[in-house]
Amino acid sequence: MPDVIPADSVGLVVPQIHHFTQPLLLACGKTLDEYDIVYETYGQLNTAKSNAVLICHALSGHHHAAGYHSMEDKRPGWWDAYIGPGKPIDTNKFFVVALNNIGGCHGSTGPRSINAATGKVWGADFPMIRVRDWVAGQACLADVLGIDCWAAVVGGSLGGMQVMRWALQYPQRIRHAVVIASALKLSTQNIAFNEAARKAIISDPNFYNGHYIDHDSLPKNGLAIARMIGHITYLSDFAMGEKFGRDLRSGNFNLGNAEPVEFQIESYLRYQGDSFANTFDANSYLRITKALDYFDLAREYDDDPVLAFKQASAKFLVIAFSTDWRFAPERSHEIVNALVGANKSVTYAEIESKFGHDAFLLPDQRYQQVFARYMAGVSV
Amino acid sequence: MRIDLNEIQHWIPQHSRILDLGCGDGTLLKYLIDTKQVQGYGLEIGSEQINICIDKGLNVIEQNLDRGLGNFADKSFDTVLMTQALQTLHFPHLVLDEMLRVGKECIVTFPNFGHWKARLHLFTRGRMPVSDLLPYEWYDTPNIHFCTFKDFEVLCHERKIKVIHRQVVNESSQGFFKDIMPNLFGETAIYHLSKS
Repeated sequence: MPDVIPADSVGLVVPQIHHFTQPLLLACGKTLDEYDIVYETYGQLNTAKSNAVLICHALSGHHHAAGYHSMEDKRPGWWDAYIGPGKPIDTNKFFVVALNNIGGCHGSTGPRSINAATGKVWGADFPMIRVRDWVAGQACLADVLGIDCWAAVVGGSLGGMQVMRWALQYPQRIRHAVVIASALKLSTQNIAFNEAARKAIISDPNFYNGHYIDHDSLPKNGLAIARMIGHITYLSDFAMGEKFGRDLRSGNFNLGNAEPVEFQIESYLRYQGDSFANTFDANSYLRITKALDYFDLAREYDDDPVLAFKQASAKFLVIAFSTDWRFAPERSHEIVNALVGANKSVTYAEIESKFGHDAFLLPDQRYQQVFARYMAGVSV
Repeated sequence: MRIDLNEIQHWIPQHSRILDLGCGDGTLLKYLIDTKQVQGYGLEIGSEQINICIDKGLNVIEQNLDRGLGNFADKSFDTVLMTQALQTLHFPHLVLDEMLRVGKECIVTFPNFGHWKARLHLFTRGRMPVSDLLPYEWYDTPNIHFCTFKDFEVLCHERKIKVIHRQVVNESSQGFFKDIMPNLFGETAIYHLSKS
């Protein structure tokens, strides 16, 4: 809760919604006849409309990337450390657009929305979504905003996958691609974690095959477990140990004491799981993790990422974090090697960090420097 | 610009594809892009050096040369460069092999440990040379594999590396002596190599 808005904040922001009436053909073959996209903008679009930066969010992200919605907000937007006046994505220079992807649950059309064809909540009937569908939706939003070409498209993790897809799908509409803590495709282990998370959701008795809204119910336990599994993979062993150790929240190990012991990490994970389960939609979670699993940038290029990146004309900045084991630096090396092989411009930095995959969201001096200096070179 | 960098440009064709190992602040790479319109990538591990390369808009990739160049395809570059970094590597001979695999040609520059000043220092004081050119104490130095010109020639011979050009440059004059007795009077060697 800010008493005063910090000078390097974008300040109070108001989300906007655009209702699209042009049907969107999805990769699964189904069509969304109409849909909403909720988004926020920070900074001013210049008259040439050449200073626009698109922020692509990750699994649990949304359109509220920076600033505050009200003076009562406990926290700013999810990437406030990197978006604002004088920050790496400098809103004195850039016009920043952040949106909630289709299929999400923060205001854009998704499984919680009403299906106009039936008048009922989509729920489990909401179509499967792929990364390319999000990118197509983002391109439609760019059209609405009059942005022919983004100065940069930026994203971490799943957001980075959207950035790479942008570079291939609309090569003439993106000048710089910033891909942070991402991968050309998920590893087997990544898919395994996602499947464990999905299984937790669908085996919750309140899931009702995805039609839980019709049953006036929510699979909160399943979603909480899914989040707990995910959350473990976003942190490093070291960061978890440093933050919580084996500290006890309650109970003790005294002999003759039957009172149950609770470690701090247990309590923390439960809190993370429960608060996520209260704000996120289970069907969205299932679809977004599937989109992650299905993403494979090189699939339709003979599984050759070099061939894939030959389609791109953007310049790339790729960043990875040393202790990220969910999207390890090796995954970023694969991106960089393919870009070099395709003769594309690429800069790569490997940031020493203790914080695992989460590092891409957290303030870090070197990360900020690399990011800021690269963005300073993006002409508008 | 450092004198060895100035000489190198003569061996780089216009519009060629360059990989600069240990590119530092990107001075050479930027110069080659500006004057020869090369397409170039630099590998570097120093974070401040990387920052400066980013400021210059260069393609700089954070990569430790001691990890090898396994991520680059055979003959995928016209020229692979390495200036004043050979002596900092754990396995200089293996990196050299890798350079010759990845590049059609290579250019290597390194300081000559056989220079008379180094010899005199060792001879008269009995201690490892510390000079303007080699300003580090032995226990705290990035330079862990010194060699002389002769040593390098032997290595090239053993590994069947073809020397296309060799040149000796000095920051100060002494031009006459360095051409007659390069291993005694030359400060920096520049070798232009290919696989024979």
